[in-house]
Amino acid sequence: MAKTNVTLTSSNAGMPEDRQLTVSIYRYNPDVDKKPYTQDYDIHTSEFQGVMMLDLLEALKIKDPTLGFRRSCSEGVCGSDGMNINGKNRLACVTSYLDFSNHITIRPLPGLPVVRDLIVDMTQFYKQYEKAKPFLQNKNDPPVRERLQSIEERNKLDGLYECILCACCTTSCPSFWWNPDKFMGPAALLWAYRFVADSRDTQKAERLEALEDPFSMFRCRTIMNCVDVCPKGLNPTKAIAHLRDEMLKDTS
Amino acid sequence: MLRSVTSLTRSGLRDWLVQRITAIVLAGYVIFLVGFFMLNQPMSFGLWTALFQNGFMRIFTFLALLSMVYHTWVGMWTVLTDYINCPRFRLLLVIVIVLSLFSYLAWAVAIVWGLR
Repeated sequence: MAKTNVTLTSSNAGMPEDRQLTVSIYRYNPDVDKKPYTQDYDIHTSEFQGVMMLDLLEALKIKDPTLGFRRSCSEGVCGSDGMNINGKNRLACVTSYLDFSNHITIRPLPGLPVVRDLIVDMTQFYKQYEKAKPFLQNKNDPPVRERLQSIEERNKLDGLYECILCACCTTSCPSFWWNPDKFMGPAALLWAYRFVADSRDTQKAERLEALEDPFSMFRCRTIMNCVDVCPKGLNPTKAIAHLRDEMLKDTS
Repeated sequence: MLRSVTSLTRSGLRDWLVQRITAIVLAGYVIFLVGFFMLNQPMSFGLWTALFQNGFMRIFTFLALLSMVYHTWVGMWTVLTDYINCPRFRLLLVIVIVLSLFSYLAWAVAIVWGLR
């Protein structure tokens, strides 16, 4: 055993030094707790493998199996582990504790009801996503083969299709916090533009018309929290600006 | 399609456009006034009244005031629909704000045109 440890450390000269972390985590189990509270966990980074916040949470869950959080792919593709780490919405699996001091605070995504601990109820988020009609609509007869796009037409979808619906952006948006039932939020609007910008979609006018009221899209006040937090580096504010431009072109 | 009777134009796009255009008018008016003050030092009552005798200045002032009314309507409506959750109370506040804005407009027009 001791021998293995020695070889491990010697062959991993680049491994980060051992640090003792204090992790403050929002805890709430509605079946048991009257109200939410913060629980502090102490852990040495040498107690677990990996440098990501998700690795840290997994290690904490072994110590305390009552701790609840969502996870799946662990590599920033599925969007399950969105949470508020040190005041900013991020994916735990692609955020490293090396970027933080020895005291880290983790809370659930703000603005959505808490199911338990770091798990939030995403219903409202998905309802807004549905409003974007996130599927290709084409009223023309289907061609014999695929509906083809030029390279330029396809390029317009870059920076839009990559969204993984982790809800980091929408739950960081104050406009969504105050009107989650009326304002669609940055993620849904990014998706709305993804289909408005698609050369194969024939329902552009209808899609734009559905966004023209004072709430669905225009409640965006260009705060740009969405751009700040997006773990995929996307720009929903720019997508919203493009939607407005298209609307102005169509109606003036 | 969501609707609201208390927003200025009931169209998000038009509200947005009105807010931008009125912002440009207000910015132009403020810059003009500051420039007028800076270029005419020391300022006197004579210079000031002469400026407002000018028909162009009166129309510019009226446009700025009208812009203030529309701009504030859109802006305050946005703030109220964010922070006031009780619909009846919000409606009351919007009505009070909009009536005050038009009262200010009427009052200012009376002052600029010297009506008694």
